Amino acid sequence: MKAMTNVENRPETVADNRGYITPAVDIAETKDTYVLEAEMPGVSKNGLEVLLEGNELTIVGHRSAQASEGEPIYRECKPADFRRAFELDPAINAAKIDAKVDQGVLTLTLPKSEQVKPRRITVTD
Amino acid sequence: MQLIRRAGTEAPTWSPFDQIFGLRNELNRLFENPLTELGRSTEFFNVWVPPLDLYEDKDKLTVKVELPGLKKQDIEVSLHDGALSISGERKEQNGHEGGEAYRSERLYGKFNRTVTLPAPVAADKIKASYQDGILTVTLPKTEEAKPRQIEVMAG
Repeated sequence: MKAMTNVENRPETVADNRGYITPAVDIAETKDTYVLEAEMPGVSKNGLEVLLEGNELTIVGHRSAQASEGEPIYRECKPADFRRAFELDPAINAAKIDAKVDQGVLTLTLPKSEQVKPRRITVTD
Repeated sequence: MQLIRRAGTEAPTWSPFDQIFGLRNELNRLFENPLTELGRSTEFFNVWVPPLDLYEDKDKLTVKVELPGLKKQDIEVSLHDGALSISGERKEQNGHEGGEAYRSERLYGKFNRTVTLPAPVAADKIKASYQDGILTVTLPKTEEAKPRQIEVMAG
């Protein structure tokens, strides 16, 4: 079941994401939940935005301001903010989405609503 | 009226300069993408090469590496012959309670970045901190390496 569709390839999203970094994401599905992990180095709890609009979930990570460390000799890290959008399956209970961030990794726990969870039905005589 | 266009006026002529410029562009293209760039693109080697920044000011060097989602104890920082090495491993947390992965873009496993420092540093004063998934190593320069203003004396 594809419960969370990536919408980044839709033309309007590509335009939206200009100037942002698309974070690398892992999504795992368990019996009761979906767990999404997104890499956003340099983003603390305060820089995080998780927006839910209808069925579309958008995660935005603003980097904390960095003190100047002098003249750059090598620069490989892109200083831009992070943004990515997903389309949620209606089976996800949007009211119970939980977000936390630890060492630059955002973890979203998206519980499935009761009616889609597998259920064991006891056979009665 | 001439129906056939005269050959020669617009036909591309061979020029040794074009050949040289073409070759130069090819070489530039080849060197534009350093190996680290190749390493970072998962299509090539599927090896995790975390991006690194190096800054210099008059008193110190600062190295920053983006290492989201590690444990402090899984990062190793060492200095050897004027080169700073940062290595470690990101362990894949195997399944969220036996969950099934359907999108895996993050890279796991060992990484190693080594950077030659542009100035000598005081090895005993190096400090490393890990916050918000970014490792910051501060390397104070040795006294000899710091710029010094020399006053001109009137003779």
